[in-house]
Formats: sequence, C-alpha cells, structure tokens
Amino acid sequence: MNETTGQTAAPRPSLGLQLPRSQFEPATGEPRIAVRNLDFFYGANRALKGINLDLPDRRVMGMIGPSGCGKSTLLRVLNRMYDLYPGQRATGDVMMDGQNLLAPTTDVNALRSRIGMVFQKPTPFPMSIYENIAFGVKLHEKLSKSAMDERVEWSLTRAALWGEVRDRLERSALGLSGGQQQRLCIARTIAVRPDVILLDEPTSALDPISTLRIEELIDELKQDFTIVIVTHNMQQAARCADQVAFFYLGELIEVGTAAQMFTAPRQRRTQDYITGRFG
Amino acid sequence: MSATTIAAASAPAKDAAIAVRLGRRRRVADRLNRVLCVIATLIGLALLASILLTLIVRGAGGLSVSVFTQVTAPPGSGGGLLNAIVGSLIQTALGTAMATPIGLLVGTYLAEYARGSALGTAVRFVSDILLSAPSILIGLFIYELLVQTTGGFSGFAGAVALAVIAIPIVVRTTEDMLRLVPVSLREASFALGAPKWKTVILICFRAARDGVVTGILLSVARIAGETAPLLFTSLGNLNWSVDLARPMASLPVTIYQYAGSAYDEWVQLAWAGALLITAGVLAINIMARLLLRKRG
Repeated sequence: MNETTGQTAAPRPSLGLQLPRSQFEPATGEPRIAVRNLDFFYGANRALKGINLDLPDRRVMGMIGPSGCGKSTLLRVLNRMYDLYPGQRATGDVMMDGQNLLAPTTDVNALRSRIGMVFQKPTPFPMSIYENIAFGVKLHEKLSKSAMDERVEWSLTRAALWGEVRDRLERSALGLSGGQQQRLCIARTIAVRPDVILLDEPTSALDPISTLRIEELIDELKQDFTIVIVTHNMQQAARCADQVAFFYLGELIEVGTAAQMFTAPRQRRTQDYITGRFG
Repeated sequence: MSATTIAAASAPAKDAAIAVRLGRRRRVADRLNRVLCVIATLIGLALLASILLTLIVRGAGGLSVSVFTQVTAPPGSGGGLLNAIVGSLIQTALGTAMATPIGLLVGTYLAEYARGSALGTAVRFVSDILLSAPSILIGLFIYELLVQTTGGFSGFAGAVALAVIAIPIVVRTTEDMLRLVPVSLREASFALGAPKWKTVILICFRAARDGVVTGILLSVARIAGETAPLLFTSLGNLNWSVDLARPMASLPVTIYQYAGSAYDEWVQLAWAGALLITAGVLAINIMARLLLRKRG
C-alpha cells in the first residue's frame, strides 16, 4: 500500500545505500517503536509518567497537549537527546528492532542516525547548503564525491527544496528564508536515511505558506519514514497525523486515529483540550 | 463590566494634568541626560584626537625611507628603526604563534568541557587575573624563568612574555564566542549523530570563527605595543639582530629609550616609531571591527 517506486526523484539502489533499511520494504503496520512503562525525570521532577505507546511503521503520529505536558520530552527520549544533560534520566523500555534504546550499551550516535530530529526553530549550520547536507552523511558513511552529490540532490528533492537551491548549493545556508531553512533541516535529517523522523513543532516559527509546504512534505515522507510530530496546532495534527496522542501533565491520556480523536474523543480531558476549553 | 469601562474611559481625563507635568519633567531629564552624554563623548574624543594629531604632526616629520631601511645608530649619524621594526614583528608573531593554540584550547575547554566543574572555575579565575596582571610583573616572571636561567636576555624570552600576556585574551574571547553558539545548533548536530568533538570542531568553531579570530587580532594589537614585559626579557638591541637567543630590539622599547634621550634626532625617531606602532595597532583593530561587522 505504500508502494513508492517511481515517486522518489532518484532510484534508491544507486545511492550507495548499502545498509539494509526497513523503509525499503512495504509497511507492515507493525509498531516501529514501542514505548513501555516510560518514566522521565528532570532531577526529582517526574515529567513523564508510565507512558505506553506504539509508533506504527511509516505512519504519522501526532502528539498534542498543553505546554509542559511532556510531549517534547518524549521526543527527546526517543533519540536520547536528554543524555546531553546531567540530571535527566529515563526509566522503562523504548524498543526498536528488539533492542532497548534506553540501555546504557546503546550507541547513541548510531541511534541518532536512525532516529532523526527536526527542531522548532530552523537550525542551519553556518556553512554552505551542500555542506549542511553532507555533514550528517559524512558522520556515518564514506561516500565518493559523485555518490555524495547524488545523496545531496536526493535529499533536497525529497525535502521539496532542490528546485529552489540547485543553482546555489555552495552559498551559505544562512541566506535561505525561514521556510527554506526548515526544509533544509528536514533534507539534512533524511540524508542520513533514518527510519524515524522526530519533528518538534516544525512549523511554529514559519509563515502559513511555508507551513503548508512542510505539511505536504510530511505527507510525502511518511511513505518512507516513520514520523512523530509534536504540534500545538490542532488543525495541523488533524491534517498531518494518522494517529494522535494526547498528553496532559506527563501522562498519555488517550491515543487514537486522528478522525476518532477529533470527532469522538473517549476522554473528557481530550475533548476539553481540543475544543479549546483549557490549555 | 460596564463599571470598569467607565473607569477606564474617565481615567485619562482625570490624569491629563499630571500627564502633562510628568511629560515635561521627562523631556527635561531626557535633554539633560543627552547633553551630559554628548559632553562626556566630546571630552573622550578630544583627548584621542589630540593624541593622534600630536602623533601625526610630530611623527610624520620623522618618517623617511631611512626609518625603514637603516638600523638604529649613535646620535649624530642618522639611522632608522629597521631593527626595532623587524624585532617587534618577530616577537609579536612568535608570541602570537605560542599564545593562539594554548588560548584556543583553554578557551574551548572552559566553554565546552568544564561547565560547572571546579577546575574550570579555577582556570577561568586564574585566566581573568592574568588578564589584568600588570605587564611588568609578567616581564619579571619571564626574567626569572628564562633570562636568569639561560644567562642572558633574548628575543625568545621577549616572545614568551608577550605570549603570556596574549593567552588570557585569547582564552576569554574564545570562551565567550563559543558560549554564544546557540544550544539549538549543538543539539542539531548531536541529533544527526555527531559525537561531541566533531560538534565542537566542525559546528561550534565554525559558528564562532569570526569572533575567535577577532580575539586573536585584538591580542596581537595588545602585545604589539607592550613595553614593560620586553624591558626585562629581550632588553633591546642597538644593532641588527634576528637571533632569538640574543637581545632583540623592538619598537616600544626603542621608543622608550629614545623618547627620553637628550638627542633631538632620537626623539624625532621615537615620534616616528610611535606613529608607526599606532598605525599598525589601529589597522589591526579596524580589521577586527570589519570581521565582527561581517558576522553581525
């Protein structure tokens, strides 16, 4: 059902994609990542409480909830971003391919190449557009110049940016508009060919047109990638997400299909939030 | 609801008189403040202009080709400043070459690896003290360390003394500039799977490059004009010498010696040297400014 052949700009096998990646097989609908009994602590403050959540393969999971409810925290658990900060710790299991990502033995850098992340504000590196893409790829693969050229074009095309920047790949990425910068960050993330992409409010700093382009892009990308998007925008969650999870005060209140969540939420608190009664 | 509306509407009318009086007072305070600021600025600028003008007027007269082509000579026989100029260039370059890598590494350690650590706090404290230490003390320190032990004044000792002055400047600017690199940029790099050292070298340094280079340039400008640390280390040399193991001439020391002498032509040369060094330092400062502007 997620047949993508002929839709990507460049054929996959020629891209030096020697590593077997699940995204090149049809989606099974199985959970790509399974979160079990997850607790998270900022020091003594328990920010996530007993989270159990499946992220279905090559679907978009939308996470909603008022500020401070823990949805961004959960994202930062999935790629172990919290490791950077002493005093933050997670307990429980985050299973991916039979491996617990939270285990101390997990190679965090390899993990982050499989679970990419795009942030709220565009974060282009102070280098050329080409180098921005190549930076992440070089961390994990050794590609020839021509293979790297192909990879850059492939990822920029997938991020719907190629047409706008093909003539100025050597120019600084800081000269791009905010929307272009954010698409560059998405291109940079998919260039590493992760399995999962985490989007932390990716459009909250963008204008409506740029936002629309990113949303269209998400729809495209879910053919190849499992996507998790945190958003404060209900319409965005309704437009982009296949499934929606509602968080409140560190708890996962409810998870269901977008249609069910926005038309017939089972929990009172979910209904109150999506109808704007609080939050 | 309606009560607050009425109150809000009538409030301005009631306070109109007070507002007028307050407004007048604020305008007066503003004008007074501005006049004081302008006067203070003018005093500062006037002093600077007078220094520069005097330098140019008296120094330009002494500038000639022989200043750049001849070495210092006894009074009455002409001579120039070639040995002092070259000596200054050598010692400043060598001092910078020693101070830059050390300063960069220490600054990087403080900004990236020592956040909140006791050692980091101690290093930062010591570096800041060094930053404001009287430069003559640093000269004496190197005198004990390198002149006493080797048995003689040397250009190398002078360069080391200058390096000791430059290091804390480079440390401070490197740390400050790296700290300005936003956390989001670091996280973006980590999120791609970059290890910390690659993030620091490839992302943080790239982002902070202009500021760090500016810091190095400012340290060059600072040590190029230092006199005191050289008095006890490279001593000065009236003859041509580029041997680092022997006493070496430098512009500031030559100026110091000549300016106080009884011979008019030496005083004249001192003025010319002062003009040269000021122009050099000014040029470095302008370069640093331009770099910073490009960044902003």
